Amino acid sequence: MIDLADVSYAYPDTDHYVLSHVNLKVEPGTVTGIVGASGSGKTTLAKIISGFIPHVDGGELSGSVVVDGATIADVTLSEAVSHVGLVIQSPFNQISGAKFTVREELAFGLENLGVAREEMAERVTAVAELLGITGLLERSPYALSGGQQQLVAIASMIIMNTPVLVMDEPTSQLDPGGTRMVFDVMSSLRDAGITLVVFEHKLELLREHADIVHVLAESQLIASGPSRAMLADPRLEKWGIGSTRFTAAAAAARDRKLLSKDAELPVSLTDAVPEFRAFAAKKGA
Amino acid sequence: MDVSFDGVRYTYPGGVEAVKGVTLAIPSGQRFAIVGQNGAGKTTLVRHLNGIFQPTEGTVHVGDWTTTGHTIAELSAKVGYVFQNPDEQLFARRVIDDVAFGPRNLGFDLDRAEALVAAALEQTGLSAEAETHPHHLSLSERKRVALAAVLAMDTPIVVLDEPTTGQDERGVRMIATIVEKLQSEGRTVIAITHDMDFCAENFERTVVMAQGEVLADGAPSEVFIQDAVLEKARVEAPQLARLADALGWASRPLTVDSFVDSLPAHRR
Repeated sequence: MIDLADVSYAYPDTDHYVLSHVNLKVEPGTVTGIVGASGSGKTTLAKIISGFIPHVDGGELSGSVVVDGATIADVTLSEAVSHVGLVIQSPFNQISGAKFTVREELAFGLENLGVAREEMAERVTAVAELLGITGLLERSPYALSGGQQQLVAIASMIIMNTPVLVMDEPTSQLDPGGTRMVFDVMSSLRDAGITLVVFEHKLELLREHADIVHVLAESQLIASGPSRAMLADPRLEKWGIGSTRFTAAAAAARDRKLLSKDAELPVSLTDAVPEFRAFAAKKGA
Repeated sequence: MDVSFDGVRYTYPGGVEAVKGVTLAIPSGQRFAIVGQNGAGKTTLVRHLNGIFQPTEGTVHVGDWTTTGHTIAELSAKVGYVFQNPDEQLFARRVIDDVAFGPRNLGFDLDRAEALVAAALEQTGLSAEAETHPHHLSLSERKRVALAAVLAMDTPIVVLDEPTTGQDERGVRMIATIVEKLQSEGRTVIAITHDMDFCAENFERTVVMAQGEVLADGAPSEVFIQDAVLEKARVEAPQLARLADALGWASRPLTVDSFVDSLPAHRR
């Protein structure tokens, strides 16, 4: 569904390659998590997959980017956005600025595509329900909290029904409840056949929702694997990504010989409970 | 410097009552965190400290001052406020100019201002970006510029609204170190956060807010054990407290060390 081959990129007026020889294949109907320290190029990669690079930001892009069968560099931005939607990192910048209510804001993209009024209204109602923002529909997008704006920004992309959705730290402004809801929505979109790529620091939730996780470091996708194995990998520390407290506690317990060295390190609560229950069931030394 | 909220209520011009009678006294030098879901009134409450909002009812004290008697400019010399969205705060073309704006505006002499700016950039890991345009930085870096701009104002009270948003592990550790240093210098640190692990590991007092009211107030170890309150406020306990709960432990360790220390006692 997404195929990046030997992609390198430098922003305009620099000769510094933010990304260098990146290869990425994403299967349709999956959630792919990408983790990386600040400055590792996550936002740049998100913009490349979604066509904002090179169509908006310019710069020097080499290699091939194919998304949903479209070679992104060869199609116009308006065609690219019919294949892939991007939820940008800062919701304050995703709001169009052209609309007075959340309802109008959500309909904005569909209006531009000439979608019939009745269908537009139905899709606005459905996406607002999905993200629990029905109560905000008549409010101004600018009179919302950061978290509420982020939900509106996410809804404004989901409503476009693109086969691929790229999300750049989509839960940064949200409380834990809102964060879990957005991850649950991602999983249900995946179950409906949408392909998602999510850039996140919240490792516990990535563990629970991503099918595969890639690590971005040193300008490259340096490692990848199933979410539990990848997110418990001790090299994440070196790459500035860190670990969950579940992983850290299990690693510390292993060091003190309280847990078996053979036990796979947990990343989430669901992983950790059986590991520590097994420990508690053993007779004390 | 201490601060207090006495029976504070705030109603937005549209009629939404965001803060419903909050009374809190925060002593000088305390590391104080506020948690609660989006829309709980956390940001509205702390924006009273530098006079962005004046209470509809009740009073807010900053040191000896009642905020209603002072301008935002006057209060800003006492309360440094780091906004949740750095783009509401940054406006200059170079990082160093954004960071230097506060101390210059407060009339500090040149040597003191320069020293404060250099120290703030260093603490936030931005010394190498001094000449960079803030808009060429990532959101997490811009958040650190906003933090540096407030640190350089050398205020006795520092308010951090969602300081760890978008920060990687190193960024969170850097902010934790700054919080510790601010307290060691005798400053009062007030933070709003959704990051419960950051809260539990770095703050000595935590308040839980929901729908404009304070539901719980105490040390993180006292607060993160109140399941009914956490549920009502839609607040999640820190990771290891959740694990201890799921394992049926009576205690709720909040750090890796305390969790691992408790393990042997839970072997059957």
